[in-house]
Order: sequence, then C-alpha cells, then structure tokens
Amino acid sequence: MTGSPYNLHVRYATPQIMRQLMLALLPAIGAHVWLFGPGILVGLLLCSLFAVGFETLVLLMRGQPLGFYLRDNTALVTAWLLALSMPTLAPWWLYLLGAFFAIVVAKHLYGGLGQNLFNPAMVAYAVLIVSFPIQMTQWAAPAQLAAHVPSLAEAFDLVFAGQGALSPDAYTSATPLDHLKTQLRTGTPMPKVMGQPLYGQVGGSGGEVVALMFLLGGAYLLGRRLITWHIPVAFLAAVAVTASLLQWHDPAQHAGALFHLASGGAMLGAFFIATDPVTAASTPKGKLLYAAGAGCLTVIIRAFGNFPDGVAFAILLMNIAAPLIDVYTQPRVFGTGGGKP
Amino acid sequence: MFTQEARDIVVNGLWKQNPGIVQILGLCPLLAISNNVVNALSLGLATTLVMTVSNGAVALVRNLIPHAIRIPVFILIVAALVTVVDLLMHAYLLSLYLVLGIFIPLIVTNCIVLARVEAFASKRSTWHSVLDGAFMGLGLTLVLLTLGAVREAFGKGTLLSGLDLALGPRAAAWTIHLAPGYDGFLLAILPPGAFIGLGLLIALRNLIELRKKEHGPHPA
Repeated sequence: MTGSPYNLHVRYATPQIMRQLMLALLPAIGAHVWLFGPGILVGLLLCSLFAVGFETLVLLMRGQPLGFYLRDNTALVTAWLLALSMPTLAPWWLYLLGAFFAIVVAKHLYGGLGQNLFNPAMVAYAVLIVSFPIQMTQWAAPAQLAAHVPSLAEAFDLVFAGQGALSPDAYTSATPLDHLKTQLRTGTPMPKVMGQPLYGQVGGSGGEVVALMFLLGGAYLLGRRLITWHIPVAFLAAVAVTASLLQWHDPAQHAGALFHLASGGAMLGAFFIATDPVTAASTPKGKLLYAAGAGCLTVIIRAFGNFPDGVAFAILLMNIAAPLIDVYTQPRVFGTGGGKP
Repeated sequence: MFTQEARDIVVNGLWKQNPGIVQILGLCPLLAISNNVVNALSLGLATTLVMTVSNGAVALVRNLIPHAIRIPVFILIVAALVTVVDLLMHAYLLSLYLVLGIFIPLIVTNCIVLARVEAFASKRSTWHSVLDGAFMGLGLTLVLLTLGAVREAFGKGTLLSGLDLALGPRAAAWTIHLAPGYDGFLLAILPPGAFIGLGLLIALRNLIELRKKEHGPHPA
C-alpha cells in the first residue's frame, strides 16, 4: 500500500522522527554524565522501563495493536524528556509515578498518541514538583563542586535503597535558579551571588554546558527539518527579552538574559518540549505566538513564582491556549478573500 | 407509601440521576470541600438537610406562588433555610463551621438545590418532593464522601482526620492511619486531585452502566 500523494513531501514517519530526537538528546546526556556523574543514566533507564511498561499495559487494556504503537518510540522520548527534567538520583518510585502520570493520565486518558492536550512529560513534572517538592529539588551537584560523585553502582543504590550512609549534602546542591532565588530573598546582592562557585560563565556551573549541548541537538533537529525555527527562536527570544526587561527594571533583583537562557530547562524546553507537534500550535504565526507566550511566562514564573523553574508550567499553560491560537491564526487559503482586487 | 414512583425517586437520586456524577451539578462545593472525609460528609449532610426541607416547603406552597416570580420566591425560601443551617452550625459546631467557611452560606447558590426545587418540587406532591430532596442530597453526599475518602487516603494516608472538629476532642483518636510512614501525595489534596478524582468517578459509573447494558437481560 502506498501513502497518500499529499504526504510525499513528509520526509520521516513518527518512528524515525523519534529516533532522531533521541539522537539529538545524546550530546546533552553525554555532557551531563561528564559534568555531574553517571547518575542521570539510572534515571533515563528507569523512566524508559516504566514508561514502556505503562504504554504496553494501557495498549493491552485498550485493545490496540502493540507492535505498531510501541515501535514509534514516543513513550521512550517522553521518558527521556521526563528523566532529563527531573533531578538525578531521585528515589525510584518518583520515576514510576512520573511515568504513570505521563503515559497513563496525560497521554492515554486523553485518547492516546496525537490526542493529548498537554505535553505528557511536563504534566508528570508538574505533578511531581507540586506533590514532592523536597525530592524534586535535590539535584546532583556539579562534579567539580561535590564532595563525592556517586559512581554508577552507588547511583543505583541511592535510587533504590535511599541515602544510607551517604549524606545527601555530599552529592546534591540547589540548582542555580533555586539558589539564586533563596539568596536574593535573604538580601544578598546579585553580583555577589553570581560570583559563587555554583555559577559558571553565564549560567550554572556544568548546567550551562549541558544547555549548550541541548542547543547543539536542537540545531541538528532544525538542520534535519524535524522542527521549524518558529518555536525555538520565539521561545528563546521571549525569554531573553523578558529577562532583559526585568533586569533593566531592577538589576539587583533579576538575573540577565544569558543566565535565564543557560539555566534550568530553557534550552530543553525551547527545542525538545515546546516543539512537540501534538500539543503546540501548528500554524506559523500561531507557533510564534505560542512560543513567545511560553518564553515570557517562563521568566515571569522564575522571577516571581515559588517553584524553582517555570518552563514546565509555562508550556502547560500555553498548551491550553494552543487550540485557540490555531483558530485565530489560520493562514489565508490561496485564492480566497483578504487580498486586494 | 413506597409506591413504584417513590422507589424511582430513590434510585434516581442515588444512581440514575445522581447530582454529582450524572447531572454534574454543584461542582464548586463538590470539588472544593471533598479534600477529606469529615469535610465532605458534613457539607453533604448540610446540603441534604437544606434540600429536603426546601423541597418540602416549596411543594407545600407551590399552588400559592405566581408563576412569573417563582424563582425569586424559591431563592428566598432556600436562603432562609440555609441561614438556619448556617446559624445552627455556627452555634453548635463552631470549629467545623470555620473549616467549611463560605461553603455553608453558598449552599444557597448550589445549582442542585434550585434545580430540584424548580424541576421537581414545584410540580409534585409534598411527600414525593421531600423524598426527592432527601435522596438527591444523599446522592450528592455519597459522591462527596467517596471523593473525600479517596483524596484523603491518597493525599494524607488517613481517613476521618479532623473528626474532632465535629464530635469534640475525644474523636481526634479515631483517625485511621492507613499506612504508617506514608508521607502523602499532595496532589490528591490540591485542586487537581479533585478534578482527576471526579473524572475517574464519572468514568467508573459510565463503565458500570456500559457493563450492565452489555450483560443485561435485554441487550439494547
């Protein structure tokens, strides 16, 4: 059977796209292992196992073809995005719960692949950060700053058996975003905070390199034309503009554009999460509007909210708006109205 | 007294036309107050009391009310009854009253109360109206209670916490701890938990109805 002639220009089918996406995530994962220790691999493995497990279970319950849906790798991509947004070395049940909310609640209860209103990985992240703020803010410290970098075997121990003899202070630290917020609240001036060893050239120490690798992976996706430029560019531009405006308004209280671009989930969100074709707006003008809204909200939530990062909430909020944005930004069909006579 | 009609009213209130999961009326208190068993049960019973008496009262005077201004008159009757319940709870159950807060006076705006008064009590006999008010209220209470129990169990790992608010300090010891050492799943207590829980309850009811239809003696 051949496909519809209208689809001939579509270069890839879902399984290939997902494989390319995972390939594009590899540099960032590599950088993470190098700079923060191998702990992230445990999270990736567990999230993948749980997500594929839940996917299989729900597909069986719904009586849908297993092979077809499992081969498209969408559950794996969701799992990887979730694992990359979660703290490394979180307890195993946190990954299990995250995978459950991503795959079962956010994806399949809304109708399965292509029907979900919200990005599954971000729903799971939001559920976890709201419910388990303590576990969700224990991030692995950058290897050069940590008193002890857990090896792969130790990482498995930490994830499955809990801390044991190792004190969490030895291998975790606040994220730069979180740290900055608490420091500013206690009245430490901005330049002094930025001079601390947790911070690197522009963002967090280590984290900025991982962000750069996400940018690299994103550039690869753009080059392969798996995503269009609209969403990442509008998202990052909105982050930069909003952050600059805030910094111009009150330099003592707000970090600048570069810091916001290089820290937290900004790069991951811009290239890999906001671009999710199912939950994003789909017209060119709509994509710009959608991503600009998400970028702007990200900085606002970071600056004034109580949670350490705003990317997930910003993208979820814009997910709600995406269908409406699409309605109002339909391009004019060639040959109909609008033009001059 | 218990004719087929009365039995239908009971079944409608509890299951077929359940206000919480079939008519989806009165969502605001249903979602806001179902975060634990004690809150849910007390608000449910207060609503049931108001519905029973207001249905009865409206049915009694239904032939005296001019049709054109019936809604304001119904609201006045319901508001008077809610004020009575509000004052009673304020007098005898102060701590519980403080927890439920604005949701007791708000029973007056609960659409299910006015819906039953308008759709049922203004047209039917007093006895049937009282029955309808009571069982519609109990149907709502049942949903509130289920949702409250599920949210409390998942969210805090307890059942009946806060019972001392209603029954005095001795009842504080009656709280059931389901799993010692369970830290709780905060989402279940927060508003998203209410929406997800109610959605699952509605789905469960639809599933049961579907199964009944499939396996029923007269397949449709």
